[in-house]
Amino acid sequence: MRRGLSAFNITAVTLGLAFLYLPVVILVINSFNASRLVTVWGGWSLRWYAELLNDSAMLEAAWTSIRIGLLSATAATVLGTLAAVVLVRAGRFRGRTLFTGMVYAPLVMPEVITGLSLLLLFVAAGIDRGFWTVTLAHTTVTMCFVTVVVQARLISFDIGLEEAAMDLGCPPLKAFLTITLPLIFPAIAAGWMLAFTLSLDDLVIASFTTGPGATTLPIRIYSEVRLGVKPQINAICTIMIAVVAVGVIVAAVATKRRGSTGSF
Amino acid sequence: MSKALRRDARRRAWNVRAVILLPALWLAVFFLVPFLIVLKISLSQTVIAQPPYIPVLDLAAGWQGVKDFVAGLSPESYGLLGSDDLYYTSYLRSLSIAAFSVAILLVIGYPMAYGISRAPRRVQAILVLAVILPFLTAFLIRIYAWINILQRDGLLNKVLLTLGLVHEPPIWLSTDTAIYIGIVYSYLPFMVLPLYASLEKMDGALLEAAADLGCPWWKSFWLVTVPLSLPGVMAGVLLCFIPIVGEFVVPDLLGGSDALMIGQTLWTEFFLNKDWPVASAVAVALLLLLIVPIVIYQHLQVRALANDPGKAGL
Repeated sequence: MRRGLSAFNITAVTLGLAFLYLPVVILVINSFNASRLVTVWGGWSLRWYAELLNDSAMLEAAWTSIRIGLLSATAATVLGTLAAVVLVRAGRFRGRTLFTGMVYAPLVMPEVITGLSLLLLFVAAGIDRGFWTVTLAHTTVTMCFVTVVVQARLISFDIGLEEAAMDLGCPPLKAFLTITLPLIFPAIAAGWMLAFTLSLDDLVIASFTTGPGATTLPIRIYSEVRLGVKPQINAICTIMIAVVAVGVIVAAVATKRRGSTGSF
Repeated sequence: MSKALRRDARRRAWNVRAVILLPALWLAVFFLVPFLIVLKISLSQTVIAQPPYIPVLDLAAGWQGVKDFVAGLSPESYGLLGSDDLYYTSYLRSLSIAAFSVAILLVIGYPMAYGISRAPRRVQAILVLAVILPFLTAFLIRIYAWINILQRDGLLNKVLLTLGLVHEPPIWLSTDTAIYIGIVYSYLPFMVLPLYASLEKMDGALLEAAADLGCPWWKSFWLVTVPLSLPGVMAGVLLCFIPIVGEFVVPDLLGGSDALMIGQTLWTEFFLNKDWPVASAVAVALLLLLIVPIVIYQHLQVRALANDPGKAGL
């Protein structure tokens, strides 16, 4: 395509990005507001971060979310990568349409439906709801996102490299593990990151599948937010934004250094 | 030699079949089976018990248990969906909010995607990352950020009052406007990225050819660019429309309580009324409503991957 930006193009992109970032920037600034009233500026302060340290319920919810995120993202990455390998490498097989459907449908499925159906599964199976049911639910939904990310990378991967190894007598599994896997690793890492942030973020599915003693951070924030704006919530949100931003930047830099385009 | 190759190919095929088992089983157990259970419970009746529905399939009772179970099923919950206005209006409301939001998303997203696709390569990568980044910061946080802005003495009203555009602070929260702002804000990346993907692939020579032949830019935009970006438009529209219809968080936090979207109705039936069969019936009806767009979306996904030149390597 012919490159070149008109004033209109620049305006559209600038306004769009401003729309996406302004609310988040305002939230971050507000988290440093000394005033209890979010709408009145009382000078810079770390007061709400200090109060957060005393909010044991919030801290416990954060810890629960992080553990669920780590576990489910790891499981989802393994399952999602396997599914991507199947979709790209298996060619035609019986049930391919069904399999493709099961991989893509969760991406757009309204969360209330996924949440309700998983909950009813756990009830029917007589599994006590809590930490593990949320982890299973998150694994199921996020693995499909991992599949899409890894699949995009696998499709553009030069299978000739793997075939060359096998022609030279390398067993297929070893060829996959030592040649393909390292080369698509940036996509797998990106998939893990995506799965982790999606898990950390989820309110609806977690609300359906959780049980006593497993309050996740979004569930906790949601119950506070319903009562109105609170400065502590601004602080915890800012911390979450910072964690994600640092993660994404580290991932971007790491991908770049490996000399690969990755798939984001 | 060819025999050895064939054996190789067979062995590789077997490996792939072994690989499929784990993800396929996982998705069958945690995605497919749950839907069958939802269907079953939507045909049950509410009771005050644990679990709060009958009949319960009692496999221990053998064939008699299965017969009792089937005899106990009833379409009662679906009858309720048809007879009470509440459900009908919230389905319609969800569909109209989703349709209107998608239209706004296209109007905002298309110029953005177009602008990004015309930027220099290096800048494009940064801009795409800039669009993805907010999507990675929690959904709930971003909606919450809007509560900060839209509340009565929030930033928006302050700006409007200072500029003298209004004399009384208007109410934003608990209105449909707030729902639209929240939805458009949350789903914008899902609209921009597929649009960008299709616009970026476009061959610029086509536009140059049109210009050389004396076609004005607005005409070549309409006759060349727009038709070529239609797959991206379709993908973006479906990627936004389907989840917006079932959206819960945005209308719950930003909208009013007088009119509910279907996701909220399902939530209320389940968590407040504890009526699992009706909640399941609402879910089944919602799924039926969305099945056509979902199938089209999958078809597009598969075709987009098949058209990818990278696939030639297979």
